[in-house]
Amino acid sequence: MSANSNRHTASNADPGSQSGNAIEIADLSVWFGHGADRVDAVKSASFVLPRGASFGLVGESGSGKSTILRALTGLVKSWQGTMLVNGETLGRKRGKDFYRQVQMVFQDPYASLHPRHSVDQVLSETLSLHKFGDINDRVEKLLTDVGLGPQYRFRYPHQLSGGQRQRVAIARALAPSPSILLLDEPTSALDVSVQAEILNLLTDLREEQNLTYLMVSHNLAVVGHLCEQIAVMQNGEIVEILPVEDMRQLKSSHHYTQHLLEASMGYKST
Amino acid sequence: MTLLDVENLCVKFPTRSGVFDAVRGVSFSLGRERLGIVGESGSGKSLTGRAILRLIRHPGVVTANHISLEGENLLQLSERQMRKVRGQRISMVMQDPKFSLNPVMRVGEQIVEACLQHEKISRNAAKLKAIEMLEAVSIRDSERVFNAYPHEMSGGMGQRIMIAMMLIPNPQILIADEPTSALDVSVQTQVLGIMDKLVRERGMGLIFISHDLNLVSAFCDRVLIMYGGRVVETCQADKLYEAKHPYTQGLLNSMPRLDTPVKRLQVLKRDASWMDGDIASDSDASGKAIGRSV
Amino acid sequence: MNQENILQPHRTGLRSWLTADVPTSRAQARASAWYHGWLEFKTNRLALLGLCILIALVLIAIFAPLLSPHDPLAQQLSNRLQPLGSPGHILGTDSLGRDILSRMIYGSRITFYIVGLVVLIAPVAGLLVGTVAGYVGGWADTILMRITDIFLAFPRLVLALAFVAALGAGIENAVLAIALTAWPPYARIARAETLTIRSSDYISAVKLQGAGAFRIITRHIWPLCIASLIVRITLDMAGIILAAAGLGFLGLGARPPSPEWGAMIAEGRRFILDHWWVATMPGLAIFTVSLAFNLLGDGLRDLLDPKSHGK
Repeated sequence: MSANSNRHTASNADPGSQSGNAIEIADLSVWFGHGADRVDAVKSASFVLPRGASFGLVGESGSGKSTILRALTGLVKSWQGTMLVNGETLGRKRGKDFYRQVQMVFQDPYASLHPRHSVDQVLSETLSLHKFGDINDRVEKLLTDVGLGPQYRFRYPHQLSGGQRQRVAIARALAPSPSILLLDEPTSALDVSVQAEILNLLTDLREEQNLTYLMVSHNLAVVGHLCEQIAVMQNGEIVEILPVEDMRQLKSSHHYTQHLLEASMGYKST
Repeated sequence: MTLLDVENLCVKFPTRSGVFDAVRGVSFSLGRERLGIVGESGSGKSLTGRAILRLIRHPGVVTANHISLEGENLLQLSERQMRKVRGQRISMVMQDPKFSLNPVMRVGEQIVEACLQHEKISRNAAKLKAIEMLEAVSIRDSERVFNAYPHEMSGGMGQRIMIAMMLIPNPQILIADEPTSALDVSVQTQVLGIMDKLVRERGMGLIFISHDLNLVSAFCDRVLIMYGGRVVETCQADKLYEAKHPYTQGLLNSMPRLDTPVKRLQVLKRDASWMDGDIASDSDASGKAIGRSV
Repeated sequence: MNQENILQPHRTGLRSWLTADVPTSRAQARASAWYHGWLEFKTNRLALLGLCILIALVLIAIFAPLLSPHDPLAQQLSNRLQPLGSPGHILGTDSLGRDILSRMIYGSRITFYIVGLVVLIAPVAGLLVGTVAGYVGGWADTILMRITDIFLAFPRLVLALAFVAALGAGIENAVLAIALTAWPPYARIARAETLTIRSSDYISAVKLQGAGAFRIITRHIWPLCIASLIVRITLDMAGIILAAAGLGFLGLGARPPSPEWGAMIAEGRRFILDHWWVATMPGLAIFTVSLAFNLLGDGLRDLLDPKSHGK
């Protein structure tokens, strides 16, 4: 581990940041409940994301893939192991510094926007929490960045479609200009045509803003489209990490990965 | 042989700003086959399934030239006769079994109740039949499941139980509305396999409503593609990838595929003419051509 | 869509501003949200009736000096217990010869005073306790909710009696006593709502922006709890008015000669067989206000309750 401790607020424009790792996770375990009710959601998971990479976590429901994101963001507090973000070890508490580097997009855009806050309120509040000036201009720029345009600024969530809501959620995540974006099944609640638009948007944003993606999905095709490295999870354990090319050619050493790949190829009547 | 024939089905909802046409002149016929209805949210696919069973709630209005089940027009039946049709002759499986099963009743009791409602048999005979049905949907430890509560079941197990319940009266038609969307892929394949087997063995007609084109093309015999409340295209399921309508093509192209990577996905450009334009119809698709709303 | 144009051929400038699909400012967005709520509320005739009654009563209370034909406190013993419709006294007079109509008109002021004070105290206290307990959880939750339970266990009138006995009779003390027994249900509702809200994704999302507990509770949880609290308050209002009247009836609320409706019934009770109108007229007033609040509450529930919004 490089002792780059003076890189306090690692911005994505930092010239020295090309070489470092955005996220390092080693021996991470996460559990819920205690005593007899204890459920181990993640069992000693380890992986590394170089800066600018796009990494996917796939698995079926209950495999612990979303839990890793929640532990990383501090939404789940009962964890053990080592997590480093931009070279800094994470403690129990996450400060605003952390949230300026790492942001998350949630699965269900119908649940991740406050039902009584307009788009403007959502984005302005986020910006003011991060002590930005010129909030007006920034809100309009964010909306333009995610392909919505300023005319959506004063709408309430119920006046938006699912895809538009997810764009607002992405704008909110981009507001503090983070270098790392955690994507928790960002398209699974959307129609395929809208999914394509959101995936394209994510591809463009990554290029423009030099973002690092850590994406969780149950859909191998979606992860394969956006990510270069893929970790397959089963029952809280990472069973295999493989590059996307291997996955495309169905080259996998682990039988569970094989099984997932076959299942995702579609139903075959016998 | 035609089991169900629907002609010019419309579902309308009055709203403050005028009448909203959710389904506009859908026509199709169903034989002993697996018919898929695909479309995105808001295309009217689920409402079509519900309208057949006359399950559209007030203030929604269902109209059609006819919805005939083996020659009997369902629109002319009384609500009482309709109740007999639902379940006895046409069954429906919903997306999430959690909302369809009674949470405070053991699974077995619910199946037994369903048996008793449809047949005049003793409780013991009903219990035997229930266990038999659970085994028919590949539930191995049927005794344990029989005595369990719905919340103790996984999603896949719950959906199998729903299918078992729906099949008890031996209906002629099964309408499955996104039956596997809430399930993991591997469970999904199992549940579909079971449904497939049962439908074939019993010679039933299946209407399979889904948003998943891949799934429908692999699972069904024939597919209707719905857009904006209308059927825009109908084709053989295995020829779905050669679909002619720009909407269907657009949908297919907008899906990421593992085997053919692209940098940017093709985005569907919606065309106003799809709302009332011509309907692409596969000439050798079985069943009759799709009528347009007049 | 054509139909809309037929129905509303002349769209005024204000209406098109309110119904614009693309609001251009914060104020317009908010006004438009209110306007749409109003349109929905308007379709509920009974709720509208309730609202109209209440507005009328508030106007009556405000303009009491102009509306009342007599001084509500002026006694005229020679003219006592006049029946309904007697000249100069449409609703008759009471045992001291005071005009019942004037007393009822002035009594509406007292009623709204009581209602206003209780609304200022009980729901606000309940909201504070409930949301803090629900959001913070753990020890704070246990302590706050046990305190709530203790208050819930007191019978309302008995606590009010004790309170008034200790502090002396009077409207303010009656209001305090009512408020003290009225807040625990609000705390429970607010806590229940908070528990479902706090685990939602939009709260997680704002936590990920580094927002603290204070901001989350006041900016994000309160706006969602307030809707169901408002509904509950309007439905409780009838009970509060009745409790205030009950205290007045027992002689523990408003002091004579103030024209509080409950106290008026208590006075009329003595003559109920021969002079029924003396007790009946203020009774009808209480009935009307309670009914109006209930109708309004039902309408607001349809409008505000997040659970009733299917999609």
